[in-house]
Order: sequence, then structure tokens, then C-alpha cells
Amino acid sequence: MAQFRQCPDTGLFFHKEAENLMKANAVAGVVCLLIAGVLALLVVLTRWPAVHLLPADAFYMVLTAHGICALIFWVIFFEMAILYFAGSTLLRSRLATPRWAWAGFVLMIVGAVMTLAAVFAGKSSVMMTSYVPMRAEPSFYLGLVIFAVGALIGCFVYLGTLVVAKNEKTYEGSVPLVTFGATVACVIAIFTIASGAEILIPTYLWSIGYISHIDPAMYRVIWWALGHSSQQINVAAHVAVWYLIAGVIFGARPMSEKVSRAAYLLYIFFLQLASAHHLMTDPGISSEWKIFNTSYAMYLAVLASMIHGLTVPGAIEVAQRKKGLTNGSFEWLRKAPWGNPVFSSMFISLVGFGFLGGISGVVMGTEQISIIIHNTIYVPGHFHATVVIGTTMAWMGLTYLLIPVLFRRKMILPQAAKLQPYIFGLGMSLVAVFHMAAGTLGVARRHWDMGFAGNPLGFEYPATAYLLMGIAGIGGVIAVAGGALFIAIAVGSLVFGEKLQKEAGLLQSFGFPLADSAYTNEKPARLPMAPAEAVEADHGEAGFEAPGTFILAMVLLVSFVIYYFINWKYLSEVWGLS
Amino acid sequence: MAEENKPDEQEDENISPWQQIIDNPFLLLFICVAMPTVFYTLWGVMEVATIPTAPY
Amino acid sequence: MTSFMPPAQKNWWAVPVGRQEIVWIAIALVWCLIMFFMMPFWHMYGDQNISNEGYRVTPIKYQAKVNEMIEKYKVREVGAMKTPVVAPPDGGDIYLMARLWSWYPMLELKKDVTYRLHLTSIDWNHGFSLQPVNINLQVVPGYEFVLNITPNKAGEYTIVCNEYCGIMHHTMLGKIWVKE
Repeated sequence: MAQFRQCPDTGLFFHKEAENLMKANAVAGVVCLLIAGVLALLVVLTRWPAVHLLPADAFYMVLTAHGICALIFWVIFFEMAILYFAGSTLLRSRLATPRWAWAGFVLMIVGAVMTLAAVFAGKSSVMMTSYVPMRAEPSFYLGLVIFAVGALIGCFVYLGTLVVAKNEKTYEGSVPLVTFGATVACVIAIFTIASGAEILIPTYLWSIGYISHIDPAMYRVIWWALGHSSQQINVAAHVAVWYLIAGVIFGARPMSEKVSRAAYLLYIFFLQLASAHHLMTDPGISSEWKIFNTSYAMYLAVLASMIHGLTVPGAIEVAQRKKGLTNGSFEWLRKAPWGNPVFSSMFISLVGFGFLGGISGVVMGTEQISIIIHNTIYVPGHFHATVVIGTTMAWMGLTYLLIPVLFRRKMILPQAAKLQPYIFGLGMSLVAVFHMAAGTLGVARRHWDMGFAGNPLGFEYPATAYLLMGIAGIGGVIAVAGGALFIAIAVGSLVFGEKLQKEAGLLQSFGFPLADSAYTNEKPARLPMAPAEAVEADHGEAGFEAPGTFILAMVLLVSFVIYYFINWKYLSEVWGLS
Repeated sequence: MAEENKPDEQEDENISPWQQIIDNPFLLLFICVAMPTVFYTLWGVMEVATIPTAPY
Repeated sequence: MTSFMPPAQKNWWAVPVGRQEIVWIAIALVWCLIMFFMMPFWHMYGDQNISNEGYRVTPIKYQAKVNEMIEKYKVREVGAMKTPVVAPPDGGDIYLMARLWSWYPMLELKKDVTYRLHLTSIDWNHGFSLQPVNINLQVVPGYEFVLNITPNKAGEYTIVCNEYCGIMHHTMLGKIWVKE
């Protein structure tokens, strides 16, 4: 018999098993973020030329572990929590096969520990990409495979939950937009994991000597179907989190269900083609393949992101205008709850993802422009804007939201929490912008010493490059401080936060079930459709419901166009290549 | 019950095929795996596999 | 309220879309198409494109080509390692080899002359990163990249390796001198 409790503050229903899984996955994710953050500090302090902390071998080991821990473990553990939340809690449904979900969780933990142990043993400093024929310990690949199998089980538990919810008619009409977004993330994850199995299982067999040869070019093609798509899971999921937070904080409804869902459908069709971004300067692959794939078939997934970029803030603006904040174009934004870390994390995530991560990503993914960017430190600059400012900050906002609702604890240090998103957002923006700038001067990524110590030939990057890397180093330290504050608040709240419910003890914060007294055997009432919107006077201007958002969107577009053509100009000045 | 179900079924017939795709997670899963498998992976593997041997 | 509730209408696809979204989608779509067509456009009218010419090659065969070129066109040696510097004929083939942890040999080229650059690695992945012009190419073992290059400015250029290739990755440099 499935047991549920209803959150007295939000009215959300939690299935007992799903609730514990969400907690366990979220906590595991935050632990991975903690490890990734400590490693990040070491990376930052080594690449900051004036500090240059670690020796070369330790640096490459730490960099490998940082990439895997942050880009794979942290985001995917947290994504599992989001899937269970979107499938079970939002649909008021029991979770399908919780035992399988726990098995998946255990596999993910085992895999993560195995891979990190292999890296820290020192013989698997192969970077996250582990390009063959450079070889890691077999347990490095095996750990990743086991982790992926665990995540795959989680994805199927989620799909099973959708089936249960539909069969048991726990909701009316179509699933909520947030759940739909989670579904998109889930199906992208399944493609991603399948690609990972396709390449990592043979590579594992190669590492134990069972297969003699893995083709290095083939490896790159298939590995990136894993490597890039795994970040597309994040995009689909954090856009869903944006919609969720807009709904919770503002009561915002999507401007149009059709537009938002159609945009997600474009992700399903085209988003993962962009794995080709990484192969623009690879030998022997035709330009036809490169152009079609790198552009997501005519940039249709970029179109989708630009649509979400309008409809998420647009939904907030419409909701704010209905509350009477109609003065000028931006009163709705000025009077937004900037002191609420749930909102500020989400909004910094949205703006940072669009302006820094989105624009730079499309520009560098252009077939020819990749020539002046490939493998420079511009690339980490770009993906710290997408994955850290975009995804991680969205997850942070969601964590602040879930501490009272899911964990039933009051958040500690509320004043520090108000500042945390700004500290982290500022630090990470400096990292992103100044790494990108240094990349345009040619500074290499994954490189221990930009001074090339020990090479008699001698070469020096321009002095400006050292300055830029120094500023990025300062930004990195600020970001790590902001990240540490987040972890202190999140973990501190679980341990020391005031209990909002007497059953919410210490063990309960880490995945143990609340006492039976918190639950009832009563099935939640069916989730109704949203109330139809009353026809109201138009609060916008000239038939535009959200004119302020439209101005912001046009600012984004103009920046995009200018930056895009500036890069073509840079490209046109380099040596002729054909 | 029978009377309640009737209007539901009638409405279903008017639902656009696009909405039907979007409401079907397993169809989405199929599209999401098939598209990149064909255009990215298979085409990409073919590209690499057909690179000729150096003429010398 | 509705982002986490089912849509207000059963048949939500049929609800008309507002003017603002339609205008934005139209603008964004035009921009996407412009970006798409910039790539084939640059192939036709631009001077910086990645060639599609590539071959499978073995390290032994490739090294033979490199040595043959060095024998014919070596002009001097530099450094303690006596690394050969090669000045290939105008329009000639250049065989450049990446290995742990050097670019071999070094090159002396002429400004505004087009050469056929062959590029491969005999061990792991490497990254050809020509500074300070900032041209970056992936160098994949077992595959020979062939590109026409036309230096457009005289000076001393350095090839940095920007694909991680092990502990001495940061010492992997090469040189190209371009003369008027």
C-alpha cells in the first residue's frame, strides 16, 4: 500500500518511497558538489599564474576528478531527485518499483566511488574525456559504466512512474509542463547513457586487454554522443526547474503551453546533434556532417532555447503585471523578490545561461569559428557559464526550495543565503568571461603551465593573457567561497535547521523514512487541471503581454548578432586555410 | 461513468497529432534516440569508416 | 500555478498563441537560418575553412615521409636536440608530426605562399595550436589531416599542444618561421 504525506505548507503530496529516494539522491549530489568544489579550488589556484599551486601530476589528477565529479556525478544524482519529484510528487503518484530505484542508486554510488578511487590512485589522470589510446585503470571505465547503469535504471523507474500515474488516473489532462520537461531530460539521458555504454564498455574491454585496438577517431565521435548529450540533460532539466520556480514564487503560468512544449519537442529532435561541436577541427570528417550536426539541423534547438528565454521571464512578467506591477517596462522585474535565494539563483541561472553560456556556445560551435577556439581555455569558460551558472545555480535554487518542503527543516543562516547566489554568480561569471577572453588570446585548456617551464624553445603568451587568467583565478576563489556557503547552508539546514515536523530527525534528512505517523494510506485526490484563466484586461502593451521581457530578449539577440560577427572578423584575419 | 467517459473520448479525437506526440513519452523516447543515432552517430561512424588509406 | 499543474485545457495545442511569442519566434528563426547559411557561405567565399581531406596512416609510413622531407629540404638545426628546420619548396608538401612531447620538425615558410600541410600524431591525441594567430586543430593518431595553409604575416610562430597528452604536455612546443 503506497503511503503519502501532504506538505502542510505547499499542499504537495510525497510518496514515502519516492521521498526517501529524492533525499538520498539530492544528498549524494551535494556531497559530489562538495568534492568537486574542493577540487575546483585546487584547479583554480594552479591555473592562476601567480599562485601555481600544484605540481603537474597532481594537477592533471585533480582536474580529471573535478570534471567527472562536477559534470557527471553531481548533476546526475541531482537529476534523479528531480525525476522522482517530477514523476511522483508533481503527479501525485506512487513511484513505480522503488526497489529498482534503490538498486539504481546503489549502483550509482558504487560506480562513482570506483571511478574516483581509480583517479585518486593516480594512474587514471586521463581527463573526463579519456581519449584513447591514452589508458586509464580498468576500474575507471568500469565505474563509469556501473554509474551509468544505475542512472539508466532511474530513468526507467521514472518512465514507469508516468505509466502508473496515467493508468491510475492520478491527474487530469496532460502532465504538467515541469513534468514534461523532466521527461525530455529523461529521454535525452537514455540516449546519452546508451552512447556511453557503446563506447565505454569496449574501452573497458580494451583496458583489460580483451580488445586490441580502439580507433581514436571513432572513439571521439561516439564518446561525444555521451559527453555533450550529458550536458543536454542538464539543459532540459534546468529549464524545467526555471518553469517550476517561476510557478512557485510568482504563481506564473506558462505564456503558452503549446509554445513551451513545442520548444521542448525541438530539443528532442535536434539537441543531441550538437555533440558534433567537439569535432569541428577533426581530420577527415566531411563538412556536410559537421554543418548539419553542429547546427542542430539549422539551429532548431537554439531556436528552442531562445523561445524558453522569452517564455520563462515572460511568464513571470505576466504574473507580476497581474499583481499590479505595471509601471514602465521593468517594474515587474525591479520589484521581484531579489532577496529570496530561490528566485535570485533561478534568475542568475537564466540570464547567465543565455547571455554568457548560450551565445558563446553557438558562436564556438560554428564550423569555421571553432578554428580560433577549439581546445583553448575559452571552452571551459563557456561551459562554466552553461553548466555552473546555468545548471548548478538552478539546482541551488531548487535546493533552497526543497529544504523546507522535502526535508521539513527550516533553512539556517537566512541572511547569508540571501547573498549566496550573488557571490557564486559573480565569481562564476568572472571565471566564465575571463577564461573566454584568455582563450581568444590562445591560452590552452587542460594545461599545467602557461609559461611552458622546461622548454628551451621559449614562448610567451601576451602579458594580457596572464592578467586575464589572474582575474579568472580571483573569480574562481570567489565562486568556491559562494559554493562553500551553499553547502554550509544546505547541509547545515539538514542537520541543525529547526524541525518543521517532529518526525524530521537527523537520519531522516539523509534518506531514512519519516516515522509512520507522518503518512496516511489515503490516496491523494486526483490532481486537477489548472483553473482556466479568466479573460482579463490586457496588462501589456500593443498586444504584447510581456513587453519588458521582449526588450530583454531583443537585447540578447543584438548582443548575439554583434558577438557572432565579431568572431567571423577575428577568423578572417588568420592564415588562409582550405 | 459511461456518460462521463463519452465526452472525453470525443475530445481525444480532436486532439492534434502534435499534442499526441508530446503526450506520449515512449514516442518521445523513440524520436530522441533515433534522430541522433541516425544523423550523428551512424552518419559520423560512416564518415570515419570511409576515410581512405594514405596513397603512399 | 500552472507550470506544475496540468494545462487548463485538455486540448491545449488548440489554444491560440499570443502575438508576442509569434513575433519572437519569427525573429529568432530568421537569425537561426542566417547563422546556418553563414557556414556554407564561408566555404564558398571565405578564406579559412577546414579541409575534408584526411587519410588513415600508420606511424611508420608517416615517419618515412617526414624523414624524406627533412633529407631533401633541411636548412639548419636548432637547439641542443639539433631539431631540423625544413624549408619546403613553394606549394610543396609539409609533413609535420606530433609526438610525446614535441612537434617535429620545425618549419621555415614564406609569406603568402600556399603549402599542403600534413599533420598526424604517432602516439596519443595532440592539439595543434598555432600562436599567436590562434589556429587550433585536433591531431588524432592514425589519421592524417591535409590542409592548405597560407601564412599571411611574417614572424616567429609557436605551435603549442592544447590537447592533454600526459605529464610533460606543457613542454610540447614547435616553431614555424614565416619570412617575407
